[in-house]
Amino acid sequence: MNPRHVAAIALRQYYLLRSSPTRLVPLFAWVAIDIVLWGFIARYLDRIAPHGPDFLLTLLGAALLWDFFTRIMHGVTTAFLEDVWSRNFLNLFATPLSVSEYVLGLVLTSIATSLVGLAVMLALASLAFGFPFLAYGAQFVPFVVVLFLFGIALGILASAMVLRLGPASEWLVWPIPALLSPFASVFYPLAVLPAWMQAIARALPPSYVFEGLRALVAGKPFPLRELAWAAGLAAAQIVLAYACFVAVFRATVRSGLLARYSAESTA
Amino acid sequence: MPHASAILAVRDLGKRYGTTRAVDGVSFEVRRNEIVGLLGPNGAGKTTTINMILGVLAPSAGEIRIEGVDLARERERALASTNFAAVYAPLPGNLTVQQNLRCFGLLYGVRDLAARIEEVLAEFDLMRFRHTRCGLLSSGEQTRVALAKAMLNRPRLLLLDEPTASLDPSAAQHIRHAIRAIASRDTLGILWTSHNMYEVEAVCDRVLFLSQGRLLLEGDPKTLPREHGAPSLEALFIRVAREPLTFAEPMA
Repeated sequence: MNPRHVAAIALRQYYLLRSSPTRLVPLFAWVAIDIVLWGFIARYLDRIAPHGPDFLLTLLGAALLWDFFTRIMHGVTTAFLEDVWSRNFLNLFATPLSVSEYVLGLVLTSIATSLVGLAVMLALASLAFGFPFLAYGAQFVPFVVVLFLFGIALGILASAMVLRLGPASEWLVWPIPALLSPFASVFYPLAVLPAWMQAIARALPPSYVFEGLRALVAGKPFPLRELAWAAGLAAAQIVLAYACFVAVFRATVRSGLLARYSAESTA
Repeated sequence: MPHASAILAVRDLGKRYGTTRAVDGVSFEVRRNEIVGLLGPNGAGKTTTINMILGVLAPSAGEIRIEGVDLARERERALASTNFAAVYAPLPGNLTVQQNLRCFGLLYGVRDLAARIEEVLAEFDLMRFRHTRCGLLSSGEQTRVALAKAMLNRPRLLLLDEPTASLDPSAAQHIRHAIRAIASRDTLGILWTSHNMYEVEAVCDRVLFLSQGRLLLEGDPKTLPREHGAPSLEALFIRVAREPLTFAEPMA
């Protein structure tokens, strides 16, 4: 692993972000809109059901965490797609760059961009809606870590899919978080799902996060065991996603797809 | 055994797509301070061969050694001393010239990168474009940027796939002179593909003719046409393209 190679991948993304407001604004614009939307919904529900659950924590907290996960996943895939859009694979992989260095560069880029989004979300949720982020402090971190790991796994897997299916499959990437959200039980308890959906949910680390968040808000003990299991599951999924990316990459090198990768030739 | 001064040694290289043999048993060398022209009609297997040497296409058979390093076993080490420029692989248009050179300099592990970038910017007359996005440059300027990137790591093996294809005659001549100067000054070998036979005669020390994935002829571009009864290199090219079977036994 050569750190200069990893830095080169991250540096390219930094240059792109720095020079382009159209790349910079989406890092926080959409998540900010979501926070405002769910903040008002939670405030309204708290007003009409003052003795109900704490909607600000459960709904706004869930929306905030889900947006963070989405941002992480899209952070990896967007960085990857930059190389698709600029037809850069031939230039990149004719250098001594290894696949692991390339993927790590994408992940580091996603970490940086997602932290920007998370900071904006927390600031907006705290300042505009009184979201008690600081009251939970370090307890918030394990939830974020699990979503962070799963977002990376899904981002790598989605990138492998685009590499295999071609640039036209890009549109399949964006709705993946929306497709998973019913299973992840972001806004409702896992128990309301039918058995087959619960079975799928148990393979998704975010479902443990949102169950744990609701339990914590309800005054139950911190769900350490569940979050540790979810973190292990997400870590294993990163390994599997990376193995999938490597397998797809090798297949594209064998088939010649990597050398002629462009919208015209593979769509 | 490859020649002692061989920078690139290709042995029995093959690439099959199903039943189609894109490259079939090709063997050749490129030596230090030598420019070798890889010639052939469209679909002959030139770019396939170059892609295999660049490590972005896996051969079905054969071996590629760059400075004695087996590309299949030690890809990163072999590619550290290689670089390329191709008309179909421009640098990302959304980064400036300097940003692209910095990123690729890191990827190639260039020492004292800032100083080296200044050198290649000066060498290829790109100083005034350093802060210009590559996508805004003309074809000739983009070719110079690609060549600057290709020289950034002082490669021992330089692969040039139709580097002057989109240039006007004046710009193409300038590029040819620049590459010729580099080849005589630095200890590197160059593999050059082109459809411009005038250019090949002017630049190449040796040429290889590929057709239908097989290496049919090899020799000095100035004497090879006469040896095969052709009035010029272009006439020989046309014969090889149209009547490959008349060149009987492919070269080993």
